[in-house]
Amino acid sequence: MKKSLVLVLAMLMVLSMALSACAPKPPAETPAGETPAPAAEPKILKANNEFEPGSLDPAVAQGTHDSWVLDHVFEGLYKRDPEGKIVPGMAKEYKLADDNVTYTFTLRDDITWSNGDPVTAHDFEYSWKRVLDSNLAADYAFQLYYLKGGEAYNSGTGAIEDVGVKAIDDKTLEVVLAAPTAYFVELTAFYSYYPVSKKVVEANADWAKSADTYVSNGPFKLTEWEHNAKIMLMKNDKYYDASLVKLDGIELAILNDENTAWQKYEGGEFDFLRLVPQAVTAQLKAQGNKELIIGGELATYYYNLNTKLKPFDNPKIRKALSMTLDRQTIVDKIAQGGQLPAEGVVPFGMTDENGGEYRNGAGKLIEYNVEEGKRLFAEGLAETGFKVEDFSKFSILYNTLESHKKIAQAAQEMWRTNLGVELQLENVDFQVKLDREKAGDYQISRAGWIGDYIDPMTFMDLWLSDGAFNDAEYSNPEYDKLVLEAKSTVDQKVRMENMRKAEQMLMADMPVVPVYFYTRPYVQKPYVTGVFKPLNRDPYFIYADMNK
Amino acid sequence: MKKYLLKRILMAVVTIWAVITITFILMHSVPGNPFRTESKMPKVVYENLQKKYGLDKPLSEQYFIYLGKIVRGDFGDSMKSRVETVNQMITRGFPVSGVIGIEALLIALCFGPALGAVAALNQNRWPDYLSMIIAILGISVPSFIMGTVFIQFLARNIGWLPIGGWGEFRHSVLPSFALAFLPMAQIARLMRSSMLEVLNQDYIKTAKSKGITKATVVLKHAVRNAILPVVSILGTVASNLLVGSFVIEKIFGIPGLGMFFIMSIGNRDYPLIMGTTIFYAIILVSLLLMVDIAYMLIDPRIKLVKEGR
Repeated sequence: MKKSLVLVLAMLMVLSMALSACAPKPPAETPAGETPAPAAEPKILKANNEFEPGSLDPAVAQGTHDSWVLDHVFEGLYKRDPEGKIVPGMAKEYKLADDNVTYTFTLRDDITWSNGDPVTAHDFEYSWKRVLDSNLAADYAFQLYYLKGGEAYNSGTGAIEDVGVKAIDDKTLEVVLAAPTAYFVELTAFYSYYPVSKKVVEANADWAKSADTYVSNGPFKLTEWEHNAKIMLMKNDKYYDASLVKLDGIELAILNDENTAWQKYEGGEFDFLRLVPQAVTAQLKAQGNKELIIGGELATYYYNLNTKLKPFDNPKIRKALSMTLDRQTIVDKIAQGGQLPAEGVVPFGMTDENGGEYRNGAGKLIEYNVEEGKRLFAEGLAETGFKVEDFSKFSILYNTLESHKKIAQAAQEMWRTNLGVELQLENVDFQVKLDREKAGDYQISRAGWIGDYIDPMTFMDLWLSDGAFNDAEYSNPEYDKLVLEAKSTVDQKVRMENMRKAEQMLMADMPVVPVYFYTRPYVQKPYVTGVFKPLNRDPYFIYADMNK
Repeated sequence: MKKYLLKRILMAVVTIWAVITITFILMHSVPGNPFRTESKMPKVVYENLQKKYGLDKPLSEQYFIYLGKIVRGDFGDSMKSRVETVNQMITRGFPVSGVIGIEALLIALCFGPALGAVAALNQNRWPDYLSMIIAILGISVPSFIMGTVFIQFLARNIGWLPIGGWGEFRHSVLPSFALAFLPMAQIARLMRSSMLEVLNQDYIKTAKSKGITKATVVLKHAVRNAILPVVSILGTVASNLLVGSFVIEKIFGIPGLGMFFIMSIGNRDYPLIMGTTIFYAIILVSLLLMVDIAYMLIDPRIKLVKEGR
């Protein structure tokens, strides 16, 4: 017996020796507060991209894990400034002809790629046509359908020469749209419209797969890419406004556990975190912690109602569900991230034809009124011949996520208390939910929409009769007429008024039940300044600075 | 022996083919597809994507195209990543997962049998209870709790080791330990029951009565016999550890292979699902073969082929 005990103890000793041998000092990246470093230490801001990018080629990028990097290493014709305005980027000006579809962009003189080649209009023409190339099969090709002949070329029925973008010379780009589009200039700031170097891409199809071959035109350049581990961006000295860029570099880790990421932020290994665990956000908010910033977001959380299924085809039933949902409680007690109860489908943050807040001009189209809701529900039941008990076989469908579950539980309880219905909860894999929604195999299902550009149209066209994401299957010719008209003119007075009327119509019919408008809480250390968050993008570090 | 090996390798190939086929069928019968996300993607774009990845062909044709590529060692292109092929993802991720797996395996093999032996030799006394408590903890506490607790106390509060990440040896310490707990506990329990049975055998009594020292009896006779059940589960344990644990890698931010197993399913990334599954099958089949050979070496009584036919 003694021998085996000795054996075990010996092993433990060896182990502790091994442990102590490799753990004498704290982690290398220590937080601020050490002895003052020499002035030459580079300012590298450390943050987390959570997931490996699916691609850093702007033409095929498709989400926030690609776009955060892209928005720092590339720049489009126009760009967003810290005040949220659209200002010249690669282009110094544009002219819109009287036909309202022909734009002429004049590029700046001092723009170069990170390899020294000049950026020309030919690069833009090449890049935009490349996104529409059906062989490339870009997920976001449809963002370029605004161009004349864009959709035709992408579906293989049109020629590349007929696509409405042409380089007149090295500095002049002529663009012809399929229809007048009021927000087109803003779209050129979206990553699908970023230019790539024609010379580099034609020479090497794999240019975007590693940092050595990567060429871009923005304030930062990609210098290191350890797949699934780290992305390193360094300041691009060839950028025309390099003097405004204070940081020397940005180091993005790829760490997808949000709790571990929070631990690293607390430990000082991250200076910034764009995704904070929900419980942490609630806690920081309650404490009034200054490191937490509730950024704006252009997104709406809502429930689809399957209007093709009885009794959800009855507008009174739908309105009743909306009226008996206590959004304020959901936002205050459950979501707890500073969200705002929805007042319609279009969130705050956009301007109308008078320069004022669009949402305020559109009015509060959603009300919380339990009595009225009960009344409407009773009428709806009488009209459809359904009984309260029939609702027990219906369920609220959501994709597996703790936050969605909590909100669904709240909604289930509110509808039970106020209307007496006993709905079930059903959580499925995200892909399965999308499949079922497309197939109409659901009754109530959770959904969310993030605006692609800052104009109410990005929400309004969701519910056109043939809308690709119109899972509630709302179909109203009056609504279509208003929205399509707003889509084909640049007259802001007409557009905004049409969209307001359309939203009123939508909320009167209530095929979807908006719940809240998203916010984007993020945290930054006190020594980080100059970060700005455009409404529909991630926080940008372009003008950021660190003063430890 | 050679004939045996050849037969086993042939069986292995057939097994892997079965794995490929069954996975392929199951994968395509689950609803969902790689391209659908919450977006206004029009039919044209969706069809372009289908065509690019060959999903517009009939299922049987896709199957044979895929088999043809596999035979040449080409696992294809991931449908979610346009940066790396499945081969590249596996080649890059496996060494990382492998390092942690081997470290965890060594830890489990170091402490597991020792814990089990100590428990068996001191049955129903405090070393037994202590070892078994550790074993029960290892089996019942989920690895993500183990991992999170390690990070909180050892990495954050005490600051001995880094908070996740990858790059140096010290980054692998906490994940390996978190990963090792379960197999260590399983081995300990198995070793204990096996030892208890062995210690009651006649030949042990014979050895003791012959005057052989307790240490020799334990190490040369008891452990060597008792370790056999442990060896037989080693194949499965080792392959599970080597391909990486999704949970541990996620919590510690380790760029290994484990991530891809789970994520590929959620993404419906068919080539990656197939690639990771086949890779795991190859590792498992090879390790099981090695275990069988090791078995034979440890216990001469076991013959892999029938003699004298």
